Amino acid sequence: MAKRIDVSGLSAYYGSFKGIEDISMTIEPRSVTAFIGPSGCGKSTFLRTLNRMHEVIPGARVEGKVMLDDENLYGPGVDPVAVRRTVGMVFQRPNPFPTMSIYDNVVAGLRLAGVRKKPLLDEVVEKSLKGANLWNEVKDRLNKPGAGLSGGQQQRLCIARAIAVEPQVLLMDEPCSALDPISTLAIEDLIGELKSRFTIVIVTHNMQQAARVSDRTAFFNLAGVGQPGRLVEIDDTQRIFSNPSVQATEDYISGRFG
Amino acid sequence: MDTPSPTVPQDRDGPYGPHQTSHGHAAHGQTPVELPAELPAALAEATGQRGVTAPPKARNRIGDTLFLAASRGSGILLLVIMAAIAVFLGWQASKSLSSNTGHFFTTFEWNPDATPPVFGIAVLLFGTVVSAVIAMAIAVPVAVGIALFISHYAPRRLAQPIAYLVDLLAAVPSIVYGLWGALFLVPHLDGLTAWMNDYLGWTHLLSQSDGVSGSAPRNLFTVGILLAIMILPIITAVSREVFKQAPRMHEEAALALGATRWEMIRTAVLPFGRPGVISASMLGLGRALGETMAVATVLSPSDKLNLHLLDPGGGTFAQNIAAKFGEAFDNGRSALIASGLMLFVITLLVNAAARLIIARRKEFSGANA
Repeated sequence: MAKRIDVSGLSAYYGSFKGIEDISMTIEPRSVTAFIGPSGCGKSTFLRTLNRMHEVIPGARVEGKVMLDDENLYGPGVDPVAVRRTVGMVFQRPNPFPTMSIYDNVVAGLRLAGVRKKPLLDEVVEKSLKGANLWNEVKDRLNKPGAGLSGGQQQRLCIARAIAVEPQVLLMDEPCSALDPISTLAIEDLIGELKSRFTIVIVTHNMQQAARVSDRTAFFNLAGVGQPGRLVEIDDTQRIFSNPSVQATEDYISGRFG
Repeated sequence: MDTPSPTVPQDRDGPYGPHQTSHGHAAHGQTPVELPAELPAALAEATGQRGVTAPPKARNRIGDTLFLAASRGSGILLLVIMAAIAVFLGWQASKSLSSNTGHFFTTFEWNPDATPPVFGIAVLLFGTVVSAVIAMAIAVPVAVGIALFISHYAPRRLAQPIAYLVDLLAAVPSIVYGLWGALFLVPHLDGLTAWMNDYLGWTHLLSQSDGVSGSAPRNLFTVGILLAIMILPIITAVSREVFKQAPRMHEEAALALGATRWEMIRTAVLPFGRPGVISASMLGLGRALGETMAVATVLSPSDKLNLHLLDPGGGTFAQNIAAKFGEAFDNGRSALIASGLMLFVITLLVNAAARLIIARRKEFSGANA
């Protein structure tokens, strides 16, 4: 299921403003890669270029190449809608559809893809909710609104919704920043389980979290005020946190700036 | 959790020192922000609590009291006005209803000033409901389409002028629509009427009786089209505002699941906007049910209840009141007021039904997200 992502020379623009510049990196399949860096350095922007969500903002565009195994996501004739079905995403604030039940939320992606068979949908709901460690808490109220769950449960519902369509890659944009420590722990455990099936990329401001859940860590930084964000370095998480090769990384994770 | 666990970030006093705590900043020479020394005293002065020994007492704040009184008063006043209207209409109507020798609901003719008085609302009720239904059937889908175009499809440079134009249309007085309907729409609907008679005549509803085929289409169908044009702007304007409120995060959630633009709208925008569209439609329906001048200028009224909607004739409550009030005597006026009361009741029933539809799915409204 999981695929390797190979990014080369990627820049992203908001209108005439360049948000990130010339980013190249390889993201390994079946592993967790964490993006860290100060606010506004382009982590989220870069994450959103990986499933072509960046371009839904009016005036936004992307230059460069993102290879998913051997397919360029920005190649000519590639349908962004198809890309987003392959590369799932979980957002910073839990965003289950408020007009839908828990059940309908989980199968929303499948329904968009045209799956209508009730037994199949039932099976996917159970499997995805179990996969998101939410099944036991909601199995008796699948027809209740998804917005009635707690924040942590909503976020796990969103993860269930994302994995229900069996994506190759799962992108997570600060998935725990709106959650309490217990819910955060539940999501982190879940990420550890999910990485056996998916390629996971997670943006986080919490460096303990990056250290706990990720195998590789990428550090992003701004070249200066008003300058685009850049990738400073990417390496094994253990190495980034113990012996990074760039001074700025060490300054950032030790709290000397940012 | 089989990741390697580096020691540094978990250990606050590791080789890189403390981080992400206030100590971290202090260690780098930043002093905490000092509040001005006189601030606590000034706050105490402003809130009327001098000294810190006694716990603060609840105070009556004049602004809260005034606002509560004003809003409660407005609410009560609204109910009083509604009740007063209903009582007035009922009282005025009762005089003619007791002397009516026809049946109020099933009699076709309208002769309340004859001796003995005979009148009924069958034709008016039919005409009002049919023209409003035709208007809604045309206006609601078109209005939702225009609203979605403005809120989600059109580039901003195009959306702004269109939105402005729609708002402008909503402000055109109904007599202007009426004149346009009588002088332009009626002559130009000849062709469409003949075409519908030829090809949709089998539906019976959309056909002309043999005796009147070819006459000017001063009929309920034309009235329905004119009403649709009249209520389009208000439904569009309100729906557009509701669609624009659809949360960005739910739209992105749909897009990230692989929804096309239309699928995103169907998943995240339309369900969210549903109660708003229903409310907007009720505003439009209210105008369609009560429209007077536009109907009076287009329709050629008669006391016939005719299921051929393309036949000239029929009438609506408001049109009938406008046409007959001037030359009505006591009993005639009272009868017209009785018909007005019916319009009032119909409007209340329709609104209540709409409220019920909205309330039925309150849990899923999106308001609690």
